[in-house]
Amino acid sequence: MENNDKLVIGGREFNSRFILGSGKYSLSLIKAAVENAGAELITLAVRRANTKEHENILDHIPEGVTLLPNTSGARNAEEAVRIARLARELGCGDFVKIEIMRDTKYLLPDNAETIKATEILANEGFIVMPYMYPDLNTARDLVNAGAASVMPLASPIGSNKGLATRDFIQILIDEIDLPIIVDAGIGRPSQACEAMEMGAAAVMSNTALATAGDLPMMADAFRKAVEAGRQAYLSGLGRVLVRGASPSDTLTGFIRD
Amino acid sequence: MVKLNGEQRELSGKTVTEILNENGYDPKRVAVELNLEIVPKSQYDSMILKDGDSVEVVSFVGGG
Repeated sequence: MENNDKLVIGGREFNSRFILGSGKYSLSLIKAAVENAGAELITLAVRRANTKEHENILDHIPEGVTLLPNTSGARNAEEAVRIARLARELGCGDFVKIEIMRDTKYLLPDNAETIKATEILANEGFIVMPYMYPDLNTARDLVNAGAASVMPLASPIGSNKGLATRDFIQILIDEIDLPIIVDAGIGRPSQACEAMEMGAAAVMSNTALATAGDLPMMADAFRKAVEAGRQAYLSGLGRVLVRGASPSDTLTGFIRD
Repeated sequence: MVKLNGEQRELSGKTVTEILNENGYDPKRVAVELNLEIVPKSQYDSMILKDGDSVEVVSFVGGG
């Protein structure tokens, strides 16, 4: 990829367009996952500190990787704001991925509360990356609230089902002047590649890697897929014929009697 | 009694630093909240807990 194709979020530049989740796998695999995925952003969660477990995830994340704490566990804007402030106090920068859910069956984000939390945290100087259900009106409200990106879900968290919301994500890509980062449900490199071909600014994935047979190898596959999709988008995809066919070969000079 | 991460404990009169050290928390890897307000690290030595306080000690874990 060309070096001048940067992902810019909140004024910060990234070469990688793959955001790595760190949940549900061994801390000992994090370094390999980051390196093979080429990830420059990694998500984390905030939880009550465990006094029994002496290993800390921060010791496993390579230097130079930007931490993106999420607000998972928050059921409303107030709880998300509380978690974000604690995350910042943990001393790892101003990035925050807002994640607000009041539904434990489908884990769908609460768009209205997400807008509220985005506004409060953006005013406090956070670089706010809200996870949301892909809805254009919500996305516009998030822009006005000061979001640094918009992170629509592809399908339910952890489902590996791919781009169930494809058409609505496309609307966000076409209409919203912020990086659209497809988050949640991306289960395969081909799905990540498709999101990038559509013009997504980046893709985020956790479960696809955590549930893969060989996590580091899958991380490598995701890096290649995201790069391929980005390159395809930048090169301009070829057109689709509604009907009929179009020969790839010239229609003259046939060897015929 | 002081509530520490949801558990009622006899911790009144202790400083935040004492609570962290005595309970095996690494002060460099945690953030502390007292009655919903974040305690700046500079106040860990001077902040003394009193009856009825609620303390949360959090750290980063893996997440998506």
